[in-house]
Amino acid sequence: MIDSLKLDQATTIVKGAAERLEEVVIGEEMLINMGPQHPSTHGVLNKVLKTDGEIISEVFPQIGYLHRGLEKMAEKLNYHQFMPYTDRIDYLSAMNCNFAYCLAVEKLGAIEVPKRAEYIRVIMAELNRIATHLVFMGTMGLETGAWTPIVYGFREREEILDLFEMTCGQRLTYNYMRIGGVSDDLPGGFVDKARRFCDALEKKLVEYNNLLSYNQIFIDRMANIGVLPADLAIDYGVTGPPLRGSGVKWDLRKNEPYSVYPELEFDIPTGKGEQGRVGDAWDRYMVRMHEMEQSIRIVRQALDKLPPGDIRAKVGRVFKPAAGEVYVRSENPRGELGFYIVSDGSANPYRLKIRTASFNNLSAVPPISKGTMISDFVLSLGSFDIVLPEVDR
Amino acid sequence: MNASEIFEKLKARSREDIEFQDSPLLPFIKVKPDSIRNVADILRNNTDFRFDSLMCLTTVDNPTNFTIVYLLYSMKHSHKITLKVETPKDNAVVPSVEKVWSAANWFEREVYDLFGVRFEGHSNLVRIMLPDDWEGHPLKKDYQYPATYRGVVL
Repeated sequence: MIDSLKLDQATTIVKGAAERLEEVVIGEEMLINMGPQHPSTHGVLNKVLKTDGEIISEVFPQIGYLHRGLEKMAEKLNYHQFMPYTDRIDYLSAMNCNFAYCLAVEKLGAIEVPKRAEYIRVIMAELNRIATHLVFMGTMGLETGAWTPIVYGFREREEILDLFEMTCGQRLTYNYMRIGGVSDDLPGGFVDKARRFCDALEKKLVEYNNLLSYNQIFIDRMANIGVLPADLAIDYGVTGPPLRGSGVKWDLRKNEPYSVYPELEFDIPTGKGEQGRVGDAWDRYMVRMHEMEQSIRIVRQALDKLPPGDIRAKVGRVFKPAAGEVYVRSENPRGELGFYIVSDGSANPYRLKIRTASFNNLSAVPPISKGTMISDFVLSLGSFDIVLPEVDR
Repeated sequence: MNASEIFEKLKARSREDIEFQDSPLLPFIKVKPDSIRNVADILRNNTDFRFDSLMCLTTVDNPTNFTIVYLLYSMKHSHKITLKVETPKDNAVVPSVEKVWSAANWFEREVYDLFGVRFEGHSNLVRIMLPDDWEGHPLKKDYQYPATYRGVVL
């Protein structure tokens, strides 16, 4: 009987029981494979999770499933021939990848791009940014168990793909830009159609914010999850919406302006911890929603200012930039896309390194995932919006 | 600060043997392999430089050596600099800067995987893109394409 035992004896019994309980409940850590085929991975990514029940103690991302050796291929191709390969860096924002590659080669070869081509490029890049953020909105909804956003997101994206199709004939890998300009001028009716799309999307975004962003269930699920502090983000080279979500006002379109961005007005949305803490999954999500509004602003201004003239500078079929090297970066929808190109004076790059945003953004996921639940980890990873071909190249 | 000012300041701060080359598109500072850790530390932590962001780390397979390229940027001062370290091809070893910039962890693994350059002091220097049992380092200029991998014809 417990009341007949002395106090210290009772303590010993309780302690012993607690230790046994610890052995049973906490003692065992488990390695779980998440992916490479998993509904929440957005591609082929394997994460080995060291877990204790539902709590993650460590994450080991295993990448490389989509490694195609793009950098090796670049050395075997000439500068023009590599353009379609840049589409495959990030298939969801192929225009932006075209754009970044063009900027690098043009700096290497000191090529002046006609004004009209610059404006067309910006219009295409911003439309593509909207398209990929719409997919993000949809997949983020899916991850929280909402089916409607992806249907809406794809409906709107379809209109952008129609615009791209009427311009260059492609709907996913556009191969539209050329060194020194773009391949084709805008077709008749493009400007009106793009304006109508901007007007329609602006209204729809309000609707989507009501439906998903400010939905209390969604907020409860997303706020305070996967908090990424700003200094950690910079240390890991995180860029793009995840960095801005952590409250850092950093956008290469403003901080290192390129093309005609200095002539256009737009703001940089940042995370403010509106629903939870600064740098949580909801902040990263909301930055992208606001970015779409800003992209609409940019597209509208660019359509108004679109000057007449040439769409392509004269660049020879055999293009041999002078020996030298260059590193040019630009703001992709996922962050900094940089091209480091070394030329030895021949028609092929001697070395071409693609620095992609998703690679660095993914590398910052393990340190912020310690101690989170597996179900939260899915949302936290989803809010980084990584694209695996971009990680693996 | 522009690149030459950064070099002058760095030269005054450190005793390391460094060299400046003012190429028009990408000015860089040449650093000896033994000095890279110290130079990186100064550039990262000194308030005048504050290079808190490692934009990119990669390697070029030159005819005589491997050149490791560090592209640095300061979020605070908005200036940038490039460092270059040369290492012989037959024994390519460079001290790791992982402790200075966490981003270097994956960048250095990638360079090790694709070029075979080893980084001394790296916490987990294993292949990142290719399978662990892959032979050779594909981005080397003299890389021989394998005919098969685990019995699969490539």
